[in-house]
Amino acid sequence: MDKILIPIYGQDIAPRFDLATEVVILIREVGNPTPEERMMVLPQASAEQLCHLILSDGIATLICGGIEEEYYQYLSWKKVAVLDSVMGPWQKASELFMEGRLRAGQCLHTRRMEGKDVS
Amino acid sequence: MPTPHINHLFQTDLDFQKFLNHIPMGVFVTDRERRIICVNHGFEALTGFSSDQALGLPCRDILRSRQCMLHCPVKKAMETGESQSIETDIISRDRQRIPVRMTAAPLCDAHGNPRGFLETLEDLRPLKQLGEKQSKAFSFSSLIGRSPQMEKIFQILPVLAQSDASVLITGETGTGKDLVAEALHRSSERARGPFIKVNCGALPETLLESELFGHMKGAFTGAQENKPGRFRLAHGGTLFLTEIGDLPLSLQVKLLTFLDDRIIFPLGSTRGFPANVRIVAATHRNLEKMVQEKAFRQDLLFRLNVARVHLPPLREREDDVRLLLDHFLNAFNRQLKKSIRGYAPDALGILLAYSFEGNVRELRNIVEYAVNVCAGSTINTCHLPAYLTCPISGLETAQEKKPSVMLHQGNPEASWNTVERQMILNALIQAGGRKSKAAVLLGWGRSTLWRKIKQYGINA
Repeated sequence: MDKILIPIYGQDIAPRFDLATEVVILIREVGNPTPEERMMVLPQASAEQLCHLILSDGIATLICGGIEEEYYQYLSWKKVAVLDSVMGPWQKASELFMEGRLRAGQCLHTRRMEGKDVS
Repeated sequence: MPTPHINHLFQTDLDFQKFLNHIPMGVFVTDRERRIICVNHGFEALTGFSSDQALGLPCRDILRSRQCMLHCPVKKAMETGESQSIETDIISRDRQRIPVRMTAAPLCDAHGNPRGFLETLEDLRPLKQLGEKQSKAFSFSSLIGRSPQMEKIFQILPVLAQSDASVLITGETGTGKDLVAEALHRSSERARGPFIKVNCGALPETLLESELFGHMKGAFTGAQENKPGRFRLAHGGTLFLTEIGDLPLSLQVKLLTFLDDRIIFPLGSTRGFPANVRIVAATHRNLEKMVQEKAFRQDLLFRLNVARVHLPPLREREDDVRLLLDHFLNAFNRQLKKSIRGYAPDALGILLAYSFEGNVRELRNIVEYAVNVCAGSTINTCHLPAYLTCPISGLETAQEKKPSVMLHQGNPEASWNTVERQMILNALIQAGGRKSKAAVLLGWGRSTLWRKIKQYGINA
């Protein structure tokens, strides 16, 4: 069983790890391609509490936007794989991750300027 | 993508991008949907995102500012039609939190309708650093230091305090391992629980087992009462195992079992007790070397070494010696009701050049000695322990020397009480047992000497 945590902001991955008040935890069972989704609303935004949640819940991978070096190093040191600077809808990030195609720094948004697609 | 231009300002069009790049701060332009239209070099340098990476994306994903998630200034500028300026912070691509002043101004068309926004980012790090230099307390709990090594420790300790992981503190004697353990406990969620300290090297193996895990009545000869053990006493708090390197191998196994199961079995009991205890261990020994020598179990090291804090010796914390000298001078001034203003240049030179094998503890003892001995307002070389000013060439020469009032073979870790007791003994030996002469040698009145002799239990 694999657990993946994504701090979210509406439908998107939260731009900042330390300011996220909502997270989604994806639980991937062996042999089941569709992960179970568990939403969690946090009482307050706190990077320390998120780190604690990640460690106590046995999260293997964190997919997030901006994260401070201190927390990145701490979680990496605690053997949590951190894919940071991922931008865009969390559902899309989840799909790509399950397919093994998500990378740190990946942008999943459609680029637009004044309503026109410029991708 | 077409290059942006400024039209009709001059007779010919101006290159807007070049114009932006000359501005020495981060500048970017967004459309009404807050998607980035163009950025300058200052913005690229500050955020770490290149123009190609940023264009067409929502600014909040690139800027990653605190305000983006709380009160977007652009949204407010759109509502009010006025520019907004706010102090906030951003997280750059290389994961640095940067304090900035963000200003957002609406860009309106000829009819006054907002078409987009011009935003600037001013890096406030130089200003903040200036402020921090003036007001920063270089400390965590009772630990102080401003050397880069200690700053790193001060950064990681609050994070460790919030976790419940076992911590292994290593470092030479006198570096402050006990203080770190206590500081971790005080800053953790277990702060209201007990902090129990056990010195693994202080008790024989048989006693230590009973001391740590407790025993039941009748478990062995002399066990007349149930004893809870330190693990049980530390329930809901932190158990600090100091000198873990001295823990006998048989008890290492028992500790290992506890770290796996979190249940303790007192001697003579078949019923376990689930102890909710955080383990913090410390040692001055090289545990990796001890593992190689089979004196310490590797699996125990792995379990204890979840988080490691290595305290650097004082000789590697050059910046801190002066800070600590002043800190302890102030502390002992208050404690001993003295008004010593500082160190004379010669004395300071000796202290700064000294290697402090006993680390902060030795430094503290030296300052305590000097403050006690100093009757004036400045600590001079004559107020420092003799072993600092007259280096001892060898043990034999020291033994041949006549005993002196000053402590020639000062133990770097001795406390002031030990030093003073030794001074009295030396004076008595020098005076041939005559208290009045010894009092003269010490510069004390006879009654003071008599009181001190009684205090230290010297049979003179």
